[in-house]
Amino acid sequence: MNRLKCFSILSACIISMAGSATASDTSNLVKPRTAAADAVITLPAGFSSIKMLGNLGRARHIAVAPNGDVFVKLDKLKDGKGIYQLHDSNGDGKPDQVTGFGKYKGTGIAIKNGFLYASSNTEVFRYKMDPKTGKVNEASVQKIVTGLWDKQQHESKSLTLDNEGNIYVNIGAPSNDCQVQDRVKGSPGQDPCPLLDSAGGIWQFKADKLNQTYATGTRYATGLRNVVGLDWNNEVNDLYVMQHGRDMLFQFYPEMYDQKAGAENPAEEMFRIKKGSDCGWPYCYFDNDKNAKLLNPEYGGDRSKAGRCEEKTKSILQFPGHLAPNGLLFYTGSKFPAKYKNGAFIAFHGSWNRSPEPQAGYYVVFVPFKDGIPSGKWEIFADGFAGADINRAAYKPCGLAQDAEGSLYISDDSKGTIWKINYNGK
Amino acid sequence: MKNILIIAAFFFFVTSSFSAIQPPGVKASIERGKKVYTATCLACHQADGLGVERMNPPLEKTKWVLGNKKALAKIVINGLKGGEIEIDGDNFHNPMPPQGAQLTDLQIADVLTYVRNNFGNKASAVIEADVKAARINATAPATVVKKQPVKTPVKKAPIKQ
Repeated sequence: MNRLKCFSILSACIISMAGSATASDTSNLVKPRTAAADAVITLPAGFSSIKMLGNLGRARHIAVAPNGDVFVKLDKLKDGKGIYQLHDSNGDGKPDQVTGFGKYKGTGIAIKNGFLYASSNTEVFRYKMDPKTGKVNEASVQKIVTGLWDKQQHESKSLTLDNEGNIYVNIGAPSNDCQVQDRVKGSPGQDPCPLLDSAGGIWQFKADKLNQTYATGTRYATGLRNVVGLDWNNEVNDLYVMQHGRDMLFQFYPEMYDQKAGAENPAEEMFRIKKGSDCGWPYCYFDNDKNAKLLNPEYGGDRSKAGRCEEKTKSILQFPGHLAPNGLLFYTGSKFPAKYKNGAFIAFHGSWNRSPEPQAGYYVVFVPFKDGIPSGKWEIFADGFAGADINRAAYKPCGLAQDAEGSLYISDDSKGTIWKINYNGK
Repeated sequence: MKNILIIAAFFFFVTSSFSAIQPPGVKASIERGKKVYTATCLACHQADGLGVERMNPPLEKTKWVLGNKKALAKIVINGLKGGEIEIDGDNFHNPMPPQGAQLTDLQIADVLTYVRNNFGNKASAVIEADVKAARINATAPATVVKKQPVKTPVKKAPIKQ
């Protein structure tokens, strides 16, 4: 009996010792937390929203077919599929048929002239689509662009099409400000920046040729760090882009930018692009406090010198720092009040580089336009996506689309929510 | 029986030193480490340690934070390329810059001890010896590369991948 007691005491000790010795084992890993809490979207008077569905995951850009079906490009496969089609057969605003196809993750999607275009992070595909039924012929898939850089950072191959058979694809620079050592404090900028040959700009390809590459495409615009939101303005027939401005001005140059200045700068900029536009990255940024395009500190900037930035393409709109413009849509519908016609909706995904200041963004803004030029101040259109804690947002607006009737659609890439925005007021 | 009780007491004493009750030096290390986190890590990993979806990984109960201490120190010293961390099907696309030249062994030990005892984590402290061992065969340069590269003319033709 004594021996049994001794044995069981010893065993208990060994087991408990073994248990504590593995106190930092990872066998009980908890899945990373996502933001709890819901959020209620607020809109101007007369507008209402329907949450179509909320579980697509990494829902990036969206496009609506002539028959009203909504197509969503996912950046993380859901049930093995990277494109989802939402069909509402009873007109209650919520899809009753949700079908997936395509096995690649990515951001870009657009519908033009009977084709659905979609991108992975290296290639662009297109599918024949019946505009009356929204039916996509999966077997008709064609690879129209291939071989684009995907070096992880700024990987989105967002796209849009013009009215002359061309497709425009963002190739984001895999870099913050083209430093010798990316994101290392004190590392100087590379001059000239060798990334610009293959990234940091918009590339133009033909919408109907197979297997185009860098060699057969054209670098349409350069000096753009990363453009996730872009749209072809059909009123004036020009490309408009939203640039994600550089990070870390405060963290790397606290002597020139204090904590608040680092949060508010650089501006997120909208550019009207012509062939050959050079918007200045990495050499230049827009300083919201000085209201000027200045040299980046990596290139000798002292927060007052413009230098070579005087020769670069100027932006037509500037927004507060780090808001992350992920979607741009020129509204052409007639359902919304007249002031919205031909104006721009911009989806601001929301900041992270404002830390330790509070974050900002997580809203959709509207800017009125006339003849391709902003004609009034920007205003917040859809708000509340962050929910209770703006530092840990519930939803992150990413894509924008409109349907043939003039309703607006917004996607969120945190949970995969799609909202349909209607106007019911007078 | 008395001998067994003495041995049992010894085992319990040894056991308690493996538990999460930290000796006093660790408390000071955590306080110093919080300062390093705020100055160097917070910008990307955020004040709540949950990072940024798709871009900067969370630090809560991940296998990298709670696992091998030398490997964790190597991550801070050498940095990471974008996309190296995948959690639950999500790749985190931003690179993590190397901090080997920017932080001392003590600062790295302190910040890792802070992270391993914050953000819902509870794990043993990282000490300078762990960091020293991790610096052997470090891949990142020991100092920030200050030299400008030689200026080369910009190629006109696009680069083939």
